[in-house]
Amino acid sequence: MTFVKKVTKNQLFLPLFSMVLVMLVNIIYDVANGNAIFNFFTISINNGILYGRLIDILNRGSEAAILALGMTLVVSASAGTDISVGSVMSLAGGVCCVLLAGFGNVNVNEYAIPLWLGVLAGILVACLCGAFNGFLVAGLKIQPMVATLILFSAGRAIGLLLCNSNIVYVNVESFKFFGGYCWIFPTPILITVLCIAVTALVLKFTALGTYVQAVGINKEAARISGYKSAAIIFICYVVCGLFAGIAGITATSRIYSADTNNIGLNLEMDAILAVALGGNSLGGGKFRLSGSIIGAYTIQAITTTLYALGVSSAQAPVFKAVIVILIVTIQSPAVKAYFAKRAAVKNAMMTAGREAQA
Amino acid sequence: MIHAKPAVKEKKSMNSNTILLLLTIGLFVVMYAAGCIAYADKGFSKLQTFLDILKNNAGLICVTCGMTAVMITGGIDISVGAVIAMECMFLAVGVESWGLPAQLLIPLMLVIGVVFGIIQGYCVGYLGIQPFIVTMAGMFFARGMTAVISTQQVSITSSPLMTQLSTMKFNMPFEIGAYLNKKGKLMVPNVSIYVIIAILVLIATFLILRYTRFGRSLYAVGGNQQSAALMGLDVRRTRFSAHIFCSVLTSIGAICYVLNTMCGTTRQALGLEMDAISSAVIGGTLLTGGVGNVFGSFFGVLINGTISSLVKTNGKLSSSWPNVVTALLLCFFIVLQAIFAKVKARRS
Amino acid sequence: MENNVVLTMRGITMTFPGVKALDHVDFTLRKGEIHALMGENGAGKSTLIKCLTGVNDFEAGEIRVEGIEGPVRNHSTLEAQKRGISTVYQEVNLCPNLSVAENLFIGREPMSKLHTINRKAMITRARQLMEQLHLPVDVTRDLEEYSLAMQQMIAIARAVDMDCKVLILDEPTSSLDDVEVEKLFTLMRSLRDKGVGIIFVTHFLEQVYAVCDRITVLRNGTLVGEYPIADLPRVKLIAAMMGKDFDDLASIKPEGGLNVSKEELIDAEGLSHAGKIKPFDLKLRRGEVIGLTGLLGSGRSELARAIYGADRAQTGTLKVKGQEAKIRHPIDAMHLGMGMLPDDRKAEGIIGDLSVRENIILAMQAKRGIVDLIPMKEQEEIADKFIDLLQIKCASRETPVKQLSGGNQQKVIIARWLATDPDFLILDEPTRGIDIGTKTEIQKLVIQLAQEGKGVLFISSEIEEMLRTCNRLAVLRDGAKVGELSGDMTQEKVMKTIAEG
Repeated sequence: MTFVKKVTKNQLFLPLFSMVLVMLVNIIYDVANGNAIFNFFTISINNGILYGRLIDILNRGSEAAILALGMTLVVSASAGTDISVGSVMSLAGGVCCVLLAGFGNVNVNEYAIPLWLGVLAGILVACLCGAFNGFLVAGLKIQPMVATLILFSAGRAIGLLLCNSNIVYVNVESFKFFGGYCWIFPTPILITVLCIAVTALVLKFTALGTYVQAVGINKEAARISGYKSAAIIFICYVVCGLFAGIAGITATSRIYSADTNNIGLNLEMDAILAVALGGNSLGGGKFRLSGSIIGAYTIQAITTTLYALGVSSAQAPVFKAVIVILIVTIQSPAVKAYFAKRAAVKNAMMTAGREAQA
Repeated sequence: MIHAKPAVKEKKSMNSNTILLLLTIGLFVVMYAAGCIAYADKGFSKLQTFLDILKNNAGLICVTCGMTAVMITGGIDISVGAVIAMECMFLAVGVESWGLPAQLLIPLMLVIGVVFGIIQGYCVGYLGIQPFIVTMAGMFFARGMTAVISTQQVSITSSPLMTQLSTMKFNMPFEIGAYLNKKGKLMVPNVSIYVIIAILVLIATFLILRYTRFGRSLYAVGGNQQSAALMGLDVRRTRFSAHIFCSVLTSIGAICYVLNTMCGTTRQALGLEMDAISSAVIGGTLLTGGVGNVFGSFFGVLINGTISSLVKTNGKLSSSWPNVVTALLLCFFIVLQAIFAKVKARRS
Repeated sequence: MENNVVLTMRGITMTFPGVKALDHVDFTLRKGEIHALMGENGAGKSTLIKCLTGVNDFEAGEIRVEGIEGPVRNHSTLEAQKRGISTVYQEVNLCPNLSVAENLFIGREPMSKLHTINRKAMITRARQLMEQLHLPVDVTRDLEEYSLAMQQMIAIARAVDMDCKVLILDEPTSSLDDVEVEKLFTLMRSLRDKGVGIIFVTHFLEQVYAVCDRITVLRNGTLVGEYPIADLPRVKLIAAMMGKDFDDLASIKPEGGLNVSKEELIDAEGLSHAGKIKPFDLKLRRGEVIGLTGLLGSGRSELARAIYGADRAQTGTLKVKGQEAKIRHPIDAMHLGMGMLPDDRKAEGIIGDLSVRENIILAMQAKRGIVDLIPMKEQEEIADKFIDLLQIKCASRETPVKQLSGGNQQKVIIARWLATDPDFLILDEPTRGIDIGTKTEIQKLVIQLAQEGKGVLFISSEIEEMLRTCNRLAVLRDGAKVGELSGDMTQEKVMKTIAEG
């Protein structure tokens, strides 16, 4: 195998390649606009806080990266995606704010219940949502995407009901912490690092990875070898819900309010895209967490770049949709078979040529 | 060898699909009757209220017909709501900003639908990508495209044709359901032209599903893909065409929709895919494919419409209730389907 | 072409990677005969059928069909159908959600002038067809309302209506009861009288003698012979199918037989699984190798699966090492010291995308639980140990297991179970589809395991192999255990028991 082939075959090639491409676009943009050539990469400390576009991407990409962790497990174990995560984020944020503000209040300056209790309740509700999805998928064997469609629609609506269709503000400094700053770092980055670290450690020091992959690749063989497939799939959905809850609290804290209509909007798309861009097959089976994480930040980099180029947040999905279609087309069995055939023909021709020479 | 089964069952027993359909019709009747009793003072029992449900859901009826066809093949299309938003915005901006005539734009909406259907259908049918992923990308694309066309709310005011079509009303024949209003004037219930379009679409879809090769091959592919292929059907082309069919009906639905709302916004028809899917499922279409009919789906739409209408008539309930109730109903019917499937599997 | 002959296949040869699936096989089908195609697992029956129907592409040989000039080579089942060769499988290949009439005519419905389906004409024609074949069916009902037997006959009706000359029935009776089988036979006989040539693939001997005119026997991809039914009594047929393997290795059992201890490992009483295996008793002691013998479909695998809990037993009690055990899931069986190598390697054995190492430690990890990860170093040591011990040929221990050859994949699964250090191991067709050398290795391994004091339940289609490795045989027929043999076992004895019970 040549060097080029080795590099392109690596699973992390696709997300890293896309990342480099995005950076190049940024450099060209900066040069064209007369900015410093490495404006994109500049990090500075203003007012005791880190500044810079890279920091911005890391910060804004936190929710997608956290969601991508859970989504990776769900995709791997059940060969389907959880499209309710954005909605569940919004619900978790809504529950948290409503509890903190006290039911029925719209704008408060002090907590009705302790902060930790509100946050815990929000995350717990998200876990319950995950358990609900998991029950439908693992217990009743309903296709994952249809099962999660229920909460995709209902999650946000329940959130709106709780908030009585209002935006509930919690105007307390300590609540702004999760979406604000911790020393010089944006807190969401730290939360993400923590989530990634915990997941990575769990994967490293328990057999979760083996369990999930075995079930995702061959359910029946895994069952015969002593794995309880349904339980594993259920756990993956609960974990996915848990991360959706954490992401929801973070997103809510950024605006210290439960804007149920907009929190987590379209984020399920980013999470799924992150998994696919990270080189993981949406057909389930083997996965690589690092791929998904790099994928998530690549998408945020794309989004940020699009905004910089003047594309509005409502328009950005157009580009992401095109990228999704391109990736799944490359991954699709028909296209893979086509390339395999071409490679075989090429090989046969080369062998024939060699034989003719000899 | 082990258990004997009679070759022919003596009685024509009801199968689970019929039970589901009857359940749906019963649910609708009960719900509507309850509404009539509870809100009798607000005029819920008038025929016009029922016709208004049809009027507000004309677009949904068309979309659900298309959705039913796709779901019969075992697929799904969640891009429909976004496609409606995109096409409505296209028409609104076309009429208001570009100054194009609606006569030209309406056929163009259908063309957009066909192109959209071809791309999605190709990915699903010929490339073998999961329909959910493809149409989810389609959904985000269309929703984003809506914003690319315009981020404003654009009302359609300057097209005489559109105004004419949208206000055209047909009274009920023989003054059925007519009543005297408070001023003593005779009010005859009426429907708009787009209700008639929707009903025509419904009937046409029924005929296509029942009496054409295309329609029957949808059922065959959904019933057992491998068998369908062995019996000489082109499975890939069938799934491809199903998506085109759905997109065309969605475009007709968009026309109905825009005639009702007379505007284009980025948040238009938000969650409509959910309503269409739940209508189809409540109406007895199996998620696993192979079973479903548009009249069941029609009742599904009526149930959804009645829920919204009840919430609106009440006036005090939050506007998110219909979403929650629809999702609950969908969940209920999905679970019911799963249980029926398990019972069936155990029996054979 | 001779008169009366509808189909000839000459010198059909076909190789799968590493295995010669068919080696110059001849087959002749005459008009108006029911011709049984017999052979054990891997004999090449289904491969031969697939060559005929265009599913497989054969390398050498020639197929001729009556009424068609020159040799015929089909590329799809559809093409075969158009040439008059139709197949009806055990799994009915119709659409259960459509009406009977539609199933009969889908893809070729009678059309009206408006180019819509003429339902009336379709139903009338369907009724006529059903009457012709004496099938009491309401053609407007959904297919799924009818029993499997009737569905199969409807599938046959569809084939007949499409002018088929050759009708292949591939294991059509596997899920039918006796009454239904008789009905099917009546239909087959009436079709025979109309001049259709029928190829009947089955593993039920009774049925062959009840309905067939002629038998062709295959073994290991070669033709054993073609016989008129009268010339081939049951015992001879079984001998022809199972044969004597040509490998000339002497007995691999130790002198004086296996050293069986008194401790009972497994004591099953009245275990059963509805529709698969009738209640049976089985005892197994340490150091014993018990063989399960019987023809394909006799319930060999099902018996083993009921003990292991792969298909949960519905009745009876199971004692493991003298203690009553409740097995709800394979993991329970594993904690009791069991292991099972399933017969379908691809569907239930290997986890293709995972590496050799991961596949080997898979069961061991399941036993330890999700929290207690086996350290990587230990994993590597275990993997290397078994790669070395079983001589698994792979590029490295990190190679995805799907890239290995069949025999090596099988060894990986054996290694997976050996790594759990089981007391009782079920091996379901461990030697199927692998080369002679590996076969012998696996047989020797089985003996060695028994000598280490483990109990082994061994299932194989080859009697020779069973006689060499097992010290006791349990015989199964039609989903029930019908007898046990021990001591002086010979091929003749075994075959007689299988044939007569």
